[in-house]
Amino acid sequence: MIKYITKRFINMIPVILGVILLVFVIMELAPGDPVLLILGDNASEEARIAKTAELGLDKPLVIRYLKYVSNFFRGDMGTSYISNRSVSIEVLHRFPNTLKLSLVAATISILMAIPLGITAAVKQNSFFDNISMVVSLIGNSMPAFWLGLVLVLFFSLKLGWFPVQGATAGWKSYVLPSVAIGFMNMAAIARTTRSSMLETIRQDYIRTAKSKGISKNQVIMRHAFVNALIPTITIIGVQLGNLLGGAVITETVFAWPGIGRLMVQSVGSRDVPMILGCVITLSICYSIVNLLVDLLYGFVDPRVRSMYT
Amino acid sequence: MQKEVKVKTNLEQDFPKTSWSKETIMRLRRNKGSMIGLAFLILLLVMSLSADILFDYDELVIKQNISERLQWPSIKHIFGTDEFGRDVFARLVHGSRISLLVATSSVTFSVIIGGALGAMAGYFGGEIDNLIMRVTDILLSIPMTMFAIVIVAALGASTGNLILALGIASVPIFARVVRGAVISVRDVEYIEAARAIGANNFTIIFKHILPNCLAPIIVQITLRMASAIYNTAALSFLGMGVSPPAPEWGVLLASGRSYIRDFSYLTLIPGFTIMLTILSLNMLGDGLRDALDPRLR
Amino acid sequence: MSNDIENILEIDNLFVEYRTQDGIVKALNGLDIEIKKGTTLGLVGETGAGKTTTGLAILGLIPDPPGVIVDGTIKLNGEYLREKTERQMEKIRGKHVSMIFQDPMTSLNPVIRVEDQIAEVIENHNEVNKQEAKILARKMLEQVGISKNRGKDYPHQFSGGMKQRVVIAIALACNPDLLIADEPTTALDVTIQAQVLEIMKELKMRRNLSMLLITHDLGIVAEICDMVSIIYAGRIVEHGTLVDIFDYTRHPYTKGLFNSLPNMKDRTAKLKPIRGLMPDPNNLPSGCIFCSRCDYAMPICSSVYPDYYNINGHVVACHLYNPENIKEEVLFYGQ
Repeated sequence: MIKYITKRFINMIPVILGVILLVFVIMELAPGDPVLLILGDNASEEARIAKTAELGLDKPLVIRYLKYVSNFFRGDMGTSYISNRSVSIEVLHRFPNTLKLSLVAATISILMAIPLGITAAVKQNSFFDNISMVVSLIGNSMPAFWLGLVLVLFFSLKLGWFPVQGATAGWKSYVLPSVAIGFMNMAAIARTTRSSMLETIRQDYIRTAKSKGISKNQVIMRHAFVNALIPTITIIGVQLGNLLGGAVITETVFAWPGIGRLMVQSVGSRDVPMILGCVITLSICYSIVNLLVDLLYGFVDPRVRSMYT
Repeated sequence: MQKEVKVKTNLEQDFPKTSWSKETIMRLRRNKGSMIGLAFLILLLVMSLSADILFDYDELVIKQNISERLQWPSIKHIFGTDEFGRDVFARLVHGSRISLLVATSSVTFSVIIGGALGAMAGYFGGEIDNLIMRVTDILLSIPMTMFAIVIVAALGASTGNLILALGIASVPIFARVVRGAVISVRDVEYIEAARAIGANNFTIIFKHILPNCLAPIIVQITLRMASAIYNTAALSFLGMGVSPPAPEWGVLLASGRSYIRDFSYLTLIPGFTIMLTILSLNMLGDGLRDALDPRLR
Repeated sequence: MSNDIENILEIDNLFVEYRTQDGIVKALNGLDIEIKKGTTLGLVGETGAGKTTTGLAILGLIPDPPGVIVDGTIKLNGEYLREKTERQMEKIRGKHVSMIFQDPMTSLNPVIRVEDQIAEVIENHNEVNKQEAKILARKMLEQVGISKNRGKDYPHQFSGGMKQRVVIAIALACNPDLLIADEPTTALDVTIQAQVLEIMKELKMRRNLSMLLITHDLGIVAEICDMVSIIYAGRIVEHGTLVDIFDYTRHPYTKGLFNSLPNMKDRTAKLKPIRGLMPDPNNLPSGCIFCSRCDYAMPICSSVYPDYYNINGHVVACHLYNPENIKEEVLFYGQ
């Protein structure tokens, strides 16, 4: 098991290298000279040449990439063109805010979605089932940034219950952003839980369990739920990824001091090292989430577990 | 879907044979949700196609008319007017053109490129498969919205770049779907039979394998369309997609946001339109999935 | 439950329907079954004749919706099961009646250790704690010929035959009064079939078990059963002892079943399959259900469903055995 986990972590390295290369190459296409961006249009010729050499921009792409990678693994992601501060420090400073918001949203949405999905499946075609499925269909289609605006309109501007933006009001500042991004997750997870429960309930081993005379609740929780969890885990992984990717947008709506907002600001100011830092950090998080999800399969399903050894 | 082996039995008299596509359409028509979704999408398509007839682009959509600014919905302007006095309904209708254009072009792009890559990976296997799959691994480990932002940041904000960005971001998804489907039918007998009679790889992939992978691709297309519409609006909302004064839905939202306290319709109506469009695509996608593969119900 | 009742199971005039979008499927149409204590009844019929539905109806596990028990009584050990509440049925299932399902590959929960799956039913019906239940479960495993060390394994680590042994262990863990075995060997290889049958025979002898063996395999019936009921489209068409059915076959359908078997003595003889198919259970004919496929059909057969004619316990539902119709030439007693 430990061997397997180590192997999976090692397998992540080429993917990270690939991500860095890809983003590096794409950003290479960006028009404009970063030196002018830093020094301004009126800089002297010598100053420009000196700055270009200092940034290493006179070297070919391959050399710059290798240098970036070797620095990256030493924890150095370069210096911001704009603020002249270390990208690593800036990103690490913002990262906890993004992580906290994502975790709060994910936890709440998972804790609500799974019971909802199970109940809907057990009472298939009931009023409760229909209502909760309509709600989750809508939730699944509601753009998080718009939901954020609507929530702000009603709960901040009209009712004044929660702050309009920022992360300075304690738990209250978490409510609206986590609902805005969590609602879609909840909807997707609830729908998957329901359909995989329905699928599981029809399996032969559920009939076997019933024929043992154990109570309906036990059949559902002990026999059906654990098996239905397997597809649900997949969708939870996908949704956590969306959560991180969507951070860019919701953080902008709520002026949340996280990586997503940092990235949007950096795109606006063409701060290439900062953009690289944000994308790479979030992509690594995304890969780690996917890895954890894969490991969770093994935890739930002995068939997967036996493939590890 | 595997092709049926035709065996002539007396059963055929008892059960009139309906074709696979007919049965699928029949099942789809029974699904209320997807019919509502389809109806809304058709309405949207018709409106966007006749947008120029309904509302003159320069006069009603772009030209500012300060005397009529910020009017709440009324009979004259059913969705009200924005901060420059432009009719919101006219802008929404013209905006649907951008959303539909971006969604269809980017999905077409990713279906073609992703489909070809996936088909190659699944059919040839080995090193080619390995290479293509590693590249999709890399693409898939960057969250989609982020990836689109990176491309737009590098190439600049424009409708064309947005299409390219969203198109590339969806390529790995189609590559995976098609690869999986191809692998599942690759070694089935009728493919071997086609090979035995000397069909070349191209014929086998395009004539025999791809038609049998259609179901998951069709479902994925509707879902990716929904996602493209979402991302178009999201990126434009952030100022990284279509730029004002073009009446893109995300642009409408972004500009309406400044007036959210007193003129909430400027935020609510465009958002609602985006939601309805995505909802329709999702409902159609659900219906298609159930209709194409009844086992999944 | 009292012990002076002769029949462990009596099913009387049972009607079950599946009400689906595409119409009503009449699965059981007045089924009658009797099993004497300590004996094994073979319920024989084609796919779709209502065999599995019968088993599920006894357990009260007909999927609802779409399944509905329309009419009839089910008496287990003298108690009417259809009058029981779900709670009371839970006490009966696994304890007084248990069932072995057809496909061992899918009958076990893939994410629970096999010993826990056996222990679960023991713990549920007996006053034992988890640890004691587990020890009893391992004993059960040994009884079906599996080393108790393998109890910690998961179903996917077992072969098909081993899985079916586990299923048997679950079914017999609480010493049920009646065991329903639904095609217990159909999904297995021939050699494994023989092993599983041997285990079932042994356990049946040792525990004096009453059993309802659902099968389409007449070979297994000859091997294990005391009595045989032939089911066709949800009704019993012939019932008798093993000797009655095998040596004094009466109903044309039963004859057809035997003719469909290869004859080992005369291998040049052609198989004589029963022509046609079972009628659509959506739309059953008004007369004898077998009429359209019967070589001996008479005019009355297409309009009137035959009564049961009982000749010394050998029961048959066929107009040919109406005393009024018995003529020398149609009486094909014996072979």
